Amino acid sequence: MASVLLSAKGIKIRFGGVVAADGIDLDVLEGENLAIIGPNGAGKTTFLNISTGYLRPQAGSISFLGQEITAQLPRTITKLGIARAFQIPQLFLDQTVMENMLIAAASRLGSPSGFTALSALPELPEMERLLDLVGVKSYASRKARELPEGQRKLVDIALALALKPRLLLMDEPTSGVASAEKLEIMDILTSALAKEKVTSVFVEHDMDMVERYAHRVAVWNVGKIQKVGTPAEVLADPKVREQVIGI
Amino acid sequence: MSGRIKPVTAVAIIFFLVSAVAPLFVSSWATLFALILAKGIVVLGIILLLQAGQVSFGHAMFFATGAYTAAFWGKYVGGGDIVLFIALGGITSAVFGLIVGLFVVRYREIFFGMLNLAFSMVLWSLLEKMFHYTNGADGIRVPRPALLGLSFTPETFQYVILYVSLLAAVVAFYGVQRYLESPLGHMLRAIKSNETRLEYLGTSARRVLLIGYMISAFLGGIGGALVAIIQQIATPEFGFWTKSGEFVFIAILGGSAHAFGAFAGAAMFECVRFYAAAHLADTWQLILGVVLIVIILYAPNGLIGLRQRYGQAKQGGH
Ligand SMILES: Nc1ncnc2c1ncn2[C@@H]1O[C@H](COP(=O)(O)OP(=O)(O)O)[C@@H](O)[C@H]1O
Ligand SMILES: [Mg+2]
Repeated sequence: MASVLLSAKGIKIRFGGVVAADGIDLDVLEGENLAIIGPNGAGKTTFLNISTGYLRPQAGSISFLGQEITAQLPRTITKLGIARAFQIPQLFLDQTVMENMLIAAASRLGSPSGFTALSALPELPEMERLLDLVGVKSYASRKARELPEGQRKLVDIALALALKPRLLLMDEPTSGVASAEKLEIMDILTSALAKEKVTSVFVEHDMDMVERYAHRVAVWNVGKIQKVGTPAEVLADPKVREQVIGI
Repeated sequence: MSGRIKPVTAVAIIFFLVSAVAPLFVSSWATLFALILAKGIVVLGIILLLQAGQVSFGHAMFFATGAYTAAFWGKYVGGGDIVLFIALGGITSAVFGLIVGLFVVRYREIFFGMLNLAFSMVLWSLLEKMFHYTNGADGIRVPRPALLGLSFTPETFQYVILYVSLLAAVVAFYGVQRYLESPLGHMLRAIKSNETRLEYLGTSARRVLLIGYMISAFLGGIGGALVAIIQQIATPEFGFWTKSGEFVFIAILGGSAHAFGAFAGAAMFECVRFYAAAHLADTWQLILGVVLIVIILYAPNGLIGLRQRYGQAKQGGH
């Protein structure tokens, strides 16, 4: 069996009266694509926020590669090899798409220069390749602000990839992307992840996408994990069908 | 695009050339241009912080640190050299910037601005109250220093300090432009647009801002040392909040989108003061106030933004 990459144990958090995580236990296995599904407000994004140190859980712990990372800073966790793509894209809007990518590359390399030009970084061709991979290379010299929402999401994913992570957390990666392009993008993305041996966790609403690309599925419901299994097992569960998928 | 000289760079080159040549014809311009260049160096520091979306209302503390470094040297060590004053002023300020920076880079926007103001007021009070060491409000005279061991008559000296200021300004201008185009400079700008993403790339936004802050303090110190030499005095006024306001004013006037805004703003500011003060006593603030209102209303990108605005209007916009 594959080894455990990320392990969450007994994660709890509540915001006032809202329970967003109520004892979450989940192992992410090396090499898999794990889908997280569940209704809006179930606590999916909150789980990603806790896993990356943006929020501190009120109880429980998270470890990555056997190392305790609970409530570490996002940048510390990033350096350990967890990258994140956001539900709402987080870009440097006043800079070009390529500059965004190069800032990511410079961050990964560490000790950024204060004198040689950003555009002179030797990572430039690699960043071009990543932009090409997610299909936004033609926007490279445009300001991020000028991009439509769907393309911004793709740049956001490319930024995460630029960090060469071991684990990639993606929050609804293809929401906002035209449905005709969704499949193509996920095809390219999942094969790239497989090739570079990146494990992924992605929040997704579209059950077709889940069936196609996830090795396992975790079903979230009101701060709890209702079920974990292969897409077929999860889809066969009448309770999941009724409460989460709505069929 | 690359390889061609950008219009703003061309204007900058022309400006530096005029600063070098014009005072040869009108001797009173030597000091005027030296002041413009020295203040422009300080304002470069303000523009750096503006890239990160932060406005310091206490930046004069670094200006005063540079000035008093030169003054204290003259008072307690004696003699002194322009190069030494500039180097020491810059370094002392950068160290002071590191100390203050460790506190202020934790805050953003109004809190950042006000905390800077608070630190600068502490320094100002110390300069005023520690009369025994600082001569209080009277300040400390800065005797004319030598340059690399050579002494000059007052007539020659005004040109010496002009060309030293010009050299310092050109180097600072070039360095700041390189910095803003570098990975660190781009990270500084990233603080303005998305600090969360920067942290999620593995970079400490505070550390990036601290480096920018120290560079900005360094520039403030150099400018302060130069102005103390030009005006032959350092007073607590150098660190007062109105001085900080003046630097921010000049940055907005000139435009913060490009390093040259610092010099464009300083030139406008000092020229209005120089001529209005001579012809219409006490009205120069009024004139500058009106100019600033016009700038904010009609050219929010400052003087250097005017060209783009005009250029766009001709092409019917983008
Ligand atoms: N930082 C926060 N402060 C207060 N409430 C929050 C915060 N983050 C999430 N919540 C609440 O927690 C619940 C779960 O949110 P979220 O994790 O974003 O759900 P999902 O991503 O599954 O749609 C929601 O009710 C949301 O309003
Ligand atoms: Mg969500």
